[in-house]
Amino acid sequence: MSWVEIGSLDDIPHLGARVVRTPQGDIAVFRTLDDQVFALRDACPHKGGPLSQGIVHDHRVTCPLHNWKIELASGEAVAPDEGCAGRYPVRVENGRVSLNLVPEAADA
Amino acid sequence: MTHRPKLVLVGNGMAGMRTIEELLKIAPDLYDITVFGAEPYGNYNRIMLSPVLAGEKTLEDIFINDDAWYAARGITLHKGKQVTKIDRVRRRVEAADGTSAEYDRLILATGSNPFIIPVPGHDKPGVVGFRDIADVQRMLDAARQFSKAVVIGGGLLGLEAANGLMKQGMDVTVVHLLDQLMERQLDRVAAGLLQRSLSERGLQFKMPAQTSEIVGDEHVTGVRFADGSELETDLVVMAVGIRPNIALALAAGLYCERGIVVDDTLLTYDPRIYAVGECAQHRGALYGLVAPLFEQAKVCANHLARYGIARYQGSVTSTKLKVTGIDLFSAGNFNGGEGAEEMVFQDAARGIYRKLVLKDDRIDGAVMYGDTLDGPWYFQLMRDKTNITDIRENLLFGQAHIGDTGHGDEETRIANLPDDAEICGCNGVCKGEIVKAITTKKLFTLEEVRLHTKASSSCGSCTGLVENILAITVGGDYSTAPSRKPLCGCTEATHDEVRAAIVGQKLKTMPAVFRALNWNNDTGCPTCRPALNYYLLCAWPGEYEDDKQSRFINERAHGNIQKDGTYSVVPRIWGGVTNPAELRAIAEVAEKYQVPTVKFTGGQRLDLLGVTKEDLPAMWGDLAAAGFVSGHAYGKALRTVKTCVGSEWCRFGTQDSTGLGIKLERLTWGSWMPHKFKFGVSGCPRNCAESNVKDVGVVCVDSGYELHIGGNGGTKVRATDFLCKVATEDEVLEYSAAFIQLYREQAHYLERTAPWVERVGVSYVKRCIVEDAAQRAALYERFKYSQTFAQIDPWKQRAEGIDAEEFEPLLEVQA
Ligand code: SRM
Ligand SMILES: Cc1cc2nc3c(=O)[nH]c(=O)nc-3n(C[C@H](O)[C@H](O)[C@H](O)COP(=O)(O)OP(=O)(O)OC[C@H]3O[C@@H](n4cnc5c(N)ncnc54)[C@H](O)[C@@H]3O)c2cc1C
Ligand code: SF4
Ligand code: FES
Repeated sequence: MSWVEIGSLDDIPHLGARVVRTPQGDIAVFRTLDDQVFALRDACPHKGGPLSQGIVHDHRVTCPLHNWKIELASGEAVAPDEGCAGRYPVRVENGRVSLNLVPEAADA
Repeated sequence: MTHRPKLVLVGNGMAGMRTIEELLKIAPDLYDITVFGAEPYGNYNRIMLSPVLAGEKTLEDIFINDDAWYAARGITLHKGKQVTKIDRVRRRVEAADGTSAEYDRLILATGSNPFIIPVPGHDKPGVVGFRDIADVQRMLDAARQFSKAVVIGGGLLGLEAANGLMKQGMDVTVVHLLDQLMERQLDRVAAGLLQRSLSERGLQFKMPAQTSEIVGDEHVTGVRFADGSELETDLVVMAVGIRPNIALALAAGLYCERGIVVDDTLLTYDPRIYAVGECAQHRGALYGLVAPLFEQAKVCANHLARYGIARYQGSVTSTKLKVTGIDLFSAGNFNGGEGAEEMVFQDAARGIYRKLVLKDDRIDGAVMYGDTLDGPWYFQLMRDKTNITDIRENLLFGQAHIGDTGHGDEETRIANLPDDAEICGCNGVCKGEIVKAITTKKLFTLEEVRLHTKASSSCGSCTGLVENILAITVGGDYSTAPSRKPLCGCTEATHDEVRAAIVGQKLKTMPAVFRALNWNNDTGCPTCRPALNYYLLCAWPGEYEDDKQSRFINERAHGNIQKDGTYSVVPRIWGGVTNPAELRAIAEVAEKYQVPTVKFTGGQRLDLLGVTKEDLPAMWGDLAAAGFVSGHAYGKALRTVKTCVGSEWCRFGTQDSTGLGIKLERLTWGSWMPHKFKFGVSGCPRNCAESNVKDVGVVCVDSGYELHIGGNGGTKVRATDFLCKVATEDEVLEYSAAFIQLYREQAHYLERTAPWVERVGVSYVKRCIVEDAAQRAALYERFKYSQTFAQIDPWKQRAEGIDAEEFEPLLEVQA
């Protein structure tokens, strides 16, 4: 298993994100207003913009470079844009956040 | 979702389906939707029937949604079924063939019927209206078989029909009751020009003429007039007007006058029944153009979706004639009258005519013939009720003549541009791509074009061009810019309403604004959150706590993000003046952090580009130790104060422009604004600091200081307006700061001073700053007060550990 504990929920700001550096590249971990946590590859499907630096709203993030909107749950760009930032499984237990470094299958 | 309420739409036309589409955008799953349409197809773009008739478009081009579209959204479509009965007690509608549907909410969008003059013979084969696809097919059939056509009605629709039939090879005569064409849209002169050029194209006119009978046995053979004369013809098109189609509503006992009477929420007298489109009568007015109907659709959808906050307040409309090669624009009151003034421009040789009607220093109406590129601009000024006193002198010559040297030339060429002409320089989008997206994806609004093509979605300088392409491609008067612009999709409130509520209702947090102004979600969006954060910060200095998650990344990280995710660092160089010690400190920092590029900016300072986010706080710490503060090159904030050498060195310098620039920068740095803000201070009118394209430009003269405002050297160049002349440096500081505060308190977020000054007028600014000493002093005080909270160096704070998590990864996982 490749679950790693990455920190506590409160390390991630509401409607914000933090970055986890990994040998396979950066992973952005987002927290929404309703305390859900999502993890995506920190690279926009458009031109690789760092999604962790975007504005989080509802369950989406808007890329800081050219404003594509990405669904946090699926990693999919909101139509009419097309593309997907890879997703990583995350879970929160007793206020601690764990991340699985194996990305989810694209169509799962 | 088994118990969804049932929504039924009667009338599968432009207003009704627009309402459904608006509803699906904001509440896709709320209703179980059934649509009845008397015509046997999905909905189509009715206004394009004219180009179809003229052979410039095909029917396929104009369909909007096909059967699959309805099916994919779970909408039941009963096409070819005319509803004949509404049972309001059982809440059920029934069509002629017995098909029925129950409703919880009902929308009536039955449009209009063409008015057929009830003269003898009006029901003979060969007499048609001009309203739907069937009419157009009848006309096209006639054009194949016959040679002569008469169009009764010299209005917009009649002329488009006549032009189309002529293009199909028919010999066409337009018959009109009055001696002037399009009397409801044009004055006499413009109508004369129009008639002349239509005659040159081959149309014939018989006017004034009153039709008394349609003659013929089996089929039409001619038209007889009240004066006894007769015209031979094989086809008669009646285009004399439309009547709202209210028979169904009347039969159901709904209150109707000329149309079905609705309130500001588009609700009829029955609280379960809405009416939109040409069949609806709102505040006594009926509308026969799509732009207002689309506004109605949006409001109606808002109520159906249970947001319950939108209001339709009526529309100001404008018209254009869709005859290729003829440019004609008309809006508002174009005939003058009591208390109105007229401005007229005519160039007979080029066939250009332009008339503006002014009332109380505002545009009340416009007619343009020949060159209509400025039509949308006049229309905007008219709807915004902009006071035109300041631009009166050049108003008639168009937007290009009022200090805007932007893209005027390109607009003139727009219609003739080749498909591969680049329209959006930022995103590399060509004209052909935009046209293709509009036609294949059936786009109607600027917003949709932005989403699908990215054109005009970055710097926005090509917005005018894209709007033009949209108008040319979809035709008619698509509402490219609604008269009332909500701040964003989360609310119906405008920027001004939001700002007024924040101050008036003492709203001090973002959730309080969301609640008070009925935001439709609780996290806002990337458009409203940064705006609200600024508005709150500006209204409640010292009280409101900045919400960094509502800042764009540049402001959150206090550096400009670069395309590779690194940042740039631009320390403040006061007034552009530096010294060897400062330069040495910057050089050392650049070496220590291995900065790949060091560049002089266009704002007289040094840019250290390519710094990783983690290095920022330490680097800022080193710069702070050497006495530097942030240059806010990343912020909607005071940027640079550009100066020239001035009297200290220059043989022409009249005052110490360098020293004054430094004082201005010391006073104003750190201030957050609606958009970025730049000063220029030149030592003499030679203007080496380019003060005439700055937000505030100071030009030193022998006797004092000239203050200029509202300049912009960016996307759209605008030279400053002269504000006033003052005698002392202290006055320069006071007037400049008062101007900044007025801008901070009143402009819309992301509106620079140039468009703001154009919107409110220079005279307004002068009244507040120059003529009203008390207001100026109060503004200056409020500015200085807010500066006590703003002039804390954000870099130093972060070097000391504030927001440390922003700059550090949460975790580094080793291989
Ligand atoms: C660095 C600099 C170019 C340079 O290498 O010289 C620059 C760089 C950028 N400019 Fe600029 N502008 C720079 C001087 C200018 C000037 C010249 C001046 O200030 O005298 C102008 C025209 C003058 C004016 O503002 O009226 C200018 C007009 C713009 C505009 C158009 C603004 C407008 O209102 O039309 C934008 C786009 C925007 O702000 O939305 C822009 C946006 C940008 C951005 C922020 C684009 C972005 O969003 O990333 C660039 C950031 C690069 C970076 O990371 O540093 N930049 N930019 C200059 C920094 C000046 C400074 O010291 O702070
Ligand atoms: C040739 C032409 C050119 C035009 N050009 C322009 C232009 O350039 N710019 C502009 O702004 N406007 C233009 N218009 C006007 C514009 O098309 C109308 O204002 C607009 O279509 C009205 O929308 P609506 O939904 O109210 O009515 P419609 O689009 O007419 O839709 C009403 C629909 O309801 C159906 N219906 C009616 N009664 C029933 C019933 N009982 N049961 C079921 N279905 C029913 C009708 O068959 C029709 O399909 C033009 C119109 C025409 C005909
Ligand atoms: S620095 Fe300014 S002009 Fe240069 S590419 Fe960036 S935004 Fe465009
Ligand atoms: S890189 Fe994300 S929108 Fe362009």
